[in-house]
Amino acid sequence: MKHENKFIINNLNVFWGKTQALRNINVEIPSHKILGIIGPSGSGKTVFLRSLNRMNDLVPEIRIDGQILLDGNDIYHPNTDPTKLRKKVGMLFALPVPLPASIYDNIVFSPVLFGIRDRNTLDELVETSLKAAFLWDEVKDRLKTSGLRLSGGQQQRLCLARVLAMEPEVILLDEPCSGLDPISTAAIEDALSILKNNYTIILVTNNTKQAARVADNTAFFLMSEMIEIGPTDQVFTVPKDKRTDDYITGRFG
Amino acid sequence: MIVHPRYTQILAIGLLVFFTVFTLAILVFIIVFIFGKGLSYVTLDFLFSNPRDMGKAGGIFPTLLGTVILPLLAIIIATPLGVGTAIYLTEYTRESRITQIIRFGADCLAGIPSIIFGLFGFIFFVTTLGMGWSILSGSLTLAFMILPTIIRTSEEAIKSVPYSYREVSFSLGATLWQTVRKVVLPNALPGIITGIMLSIGRSIGETAAVIFTAGSSLRIPSSLFDSIRTMSVHFYILAREGISSQNAYATAAVLIISILLINLISYWLMNRFIAKRNK
Repeated sequence: MKHENKFIINNLNVFWGKTQALRNINVEIPSHKILGIIGPSGSGKTVFLRSLNRMNDLVPEIRIDGQILLDGNDIYHPNTDPTKLRKKVGMLFALPVPLPASIYDNIVFSPVLFGIRDRNTLDELVETSLKAAFLWDEVKDRLKTSGLRLSGGQQQRLCLARVLAMEPEVILLDEPCSGLDPISTAAIEDALSILKNNYTIILVTNNTKQAARVADNTAFFLMSEMIEIGPTDQVFTVPKDKRTDDYITGRFG
Repeated sequence: MIVHPRYTQILAIGLLVFFTVFTLAILVFIIVFIFGKGLSYVTLDFLFSNPRDMGKAGGIFPTLLGTVILPLLAIIIATPLGVGTAIYLTEYTRESRITQIIRFGADCLAGIPSIIFGLFGFIFFVTTLGMGWSILSGSLTLAFMILPTIIRTSEEAIKSVPYSYREVSFSLGATLWQTVRKVVLPNALPGIITGIMLSIGRSIGETAAVIFTAGSSLRIPSSLFDSIRTMSVHFYILAREGISSQNAYATAAVLIISILLINLISYWLMNRFIAKRNK
């Protein structure tokens, strides 16, 4: 089970209007690992990530070509329900966006949508998700206060807890620490390294060091193409492609 | 010659204060004037007794009733239509020629003088559909009149809900309708309510559209098909026909008080609502 591939992506091409945002991506993403995706901005990292939970569907100009299999099922098949897919493949955005509601209501948002009404079950979900996101101790006495009252770092952990409460199988993170201070970043990274035991994690980051710290495998994107993918230590020490080497050592990007 | 910034600063503040005070003064003057002429005749008896002698004597109870019923029904009819249209235009369609035409139409409709709505209501509801001068004709006409305002204010309110909220909602597995109901509408509500309040104010003060469609009967109505007179119409008739300027001003005073009350209540409700959400 642990060595199976969660995602298999064949010949993925994504077009944004007339420009090609992703070119011929072929990749297998193993479960219960963290895949770090690095690359300069505009290289297609985010578009790639958003193809995996069909968030790109919201942008009418985007056209997707190719095949993405999640546990062997084509996620772009007409029979796939995008809402169920997104429940399975949770997403954390670059900027923390708590909905203007209490901490508690933020976390139970998705469970309630999917029909969980029992108070005890919801209470338990809130507690376990907040604990897993390393936020419980800071907010356990004020679950009814607005999520907007939290600091930026706490808000991002609240958003992580909100994703966890959905009980997904995959967590997509789109530069989740770009607006956070080093301590909050460390808290998120700690959470991720524990969470990978139960989830498949794909982490897009502009911070190369972050990928080196937490990712098991790292992929390098450049100008709509995936240049290289491999075990993180290998990509960072003996990259196969010169462009990867240039990027990691900070010669461009 | 260069004037020192300190002096232009003083001049600017002076002018701005003057404009503000001037605006306030006009408002206060109107209210004081009307209250001075009418407030002393406003008694509980005036409010809750029937008019006698065409309104020369007695109270204004039926018109008070009309002023509550007509705008209320109009809001009940126009709110679902208007808010529904706004949701459809903003969330369910992409910006296109058709949405632009609908929006342009709503803007034009908002600018049409109310007497045109009155004439339309008279021709369409009162005569063609045979509803006669009635509460129903009047409130339908008022509903049509305020519809564009409700559509446009709701649309602005819905658009002002950050796109990221929708994104989060979708990413948590919500459908479009769940997103609208649980995320978009609650956050747009203060703006939508503002539009509804504006519309209530407009319909309470409306005379031309009402006099042609709801008529001006002073009897207490027994069904939606009976004619009714609102306070604005009552004031108009009392003043125009020279029946009783004393009762006309007293009616105007009640009208102003009710509009003040509605505004106060709506502000209070809104603040409470916002405070509750940000607790």
